[in-house]
Amino acid sequence: MGGETTPSQTVSPYFSIGLGWLNRDDLARGASGGKRITIRGRILDGEGQPVPDACLEIWQVDADGNYAHLEGSQEKSPAQGFFGFGRIPTNDRGEFSFTTIKPGRVPGPDGCAQAPHLEISVFMRGLLRRLVTRLYFPNDPANPEDHVLSLVPAGRRSTLIARPLATDPQTLEWDIRLQGERETVFFEC
Amino acid sequence: MLLYRRPAPGTQPELLHPPYVSSIKRAPTQPLIQLPHTLSEITGPSFPKGIVPPKGFDLTRQHKGEPLGERIVVGGRLMDEDGRPVAHSLVEIWQANAAGRYLHKVDQHDAPLDPNFTGMGQTLTDAEGRYRFVTIRPGAYPWRNHYNAWRPRHIHFSVFGPAFATRLVTQMYFPGDPLLEFDPIYNSVPVESARKRLVSIFDWSTTTPEIALGFHFDIVLRGRNATPMER
Repeated sequence: MGGETTPSQTVSPYFSIGLGWLNRDDLARGASGGKRITIRGRILDGEGQPVPDACLEIWQVDADGNYAHLEGSQEKSPAQGFFGFGRIPTNDRGEFSFTTIKPGRVPGPDGCAQAPHLEISVFMRGLLRRLVTRLYFPNDPANPEDHVLSLVPAGRRSTLIARPLATDPQTLEWDIRLQGERETVFFEC
Repeated sequence: MLLYRRPAPGTQPELLHPPYVSSIKRAPTQPLIQLPHTLSEITGPSFPKGIVPPKGFDLTRQHKGEPLGERIVVGGRLMDEDGRPVAHSLVEIWQANAAGRYLHKVDQHDAPLDPNFTGMGQTLTDAEGRYRFVTIRPGAYPWRNHYNAWRPRHIHFSVFGPAFATRLVTQMYFPGDPLLEFDPIYNSVPVESARKRLVSIFDWSTTTPEIALGFHFDIVLRGRNATPMER
């Protein structure tokens, strides 16, 4: 039994029927500490048009760098109630917004801890497979030594780093551009 | 170092598949960057038993009356490429009603809504990775991808598996559907044998006398490499 992996197919335009029950835009809930932040932005297609039928999924550690994962590959677990998972649809204007805490650092492949980041899946009509990307935090001293960021051509790294809002540094802005000059970096996971 | 194996060439759709018109403006144009499998990719959310509503698995009993259409049982196993069951893992589904209409404000297809059918379901796999839904057979419906385009009957599936790296959203089709060979979404998978894994199998063992036909649909997630990840 087993065999080859089942192929992916698009979520199509009506995914909110099946996925909306698990929407979660407050990832800070249950966290025992950490800096609270809001992240907001838009998803834009190849013509710069907002994408109203998309959905993001977030996976992240708590402020101490622990994933809420059952297999216990880490020494410590996050506080009970911290889940680290978010599901956020875009609205009619292609905008998304969620609240979370700035994640801690987790081990990297080269023995050096990774810079704080969010793991992100992007689903929408038109995407036959999910897109995988990462969000990093502005001016974090760990960014220059992050292994994954170093795999990205220097000129494209800024597409993965959110920008603080001038009027409110607790709010970060981060747009996802599917195509074009400032196309967001996407990964083969 | 990759903990989860990459799928064989041609067994997953390309992001840009021009016959599926929506992919043209939405598929990235730059090459994807290979992501190493760190702790961030080999962990993922686990959902507690209580998260799934008791009637989540039975889409025919979520309203006062029974939905119209042909009642069916859809079941199978969630496993990895080595046949290991993926136990206690969340499975979400959504679908059109028997007339081919979704309960969604964007769906304006001229076919009736069914007050007794929402078209959403969720369950957790059991210890052997098995899942089971009771629902009605969804109808085919037109879409505007090309002239006289009709989607074959299908049920959308969303599964997580053990890790961020194993997340999968797909569609299950029905055996013998004459629309399959014309569907650009189904045909976005280049290798025919891989594509055919999206088609469920008529199943006497879950067909329930006087109640419902059964369809079997196994979902296979990426397998793990034998070598343990370096810490």
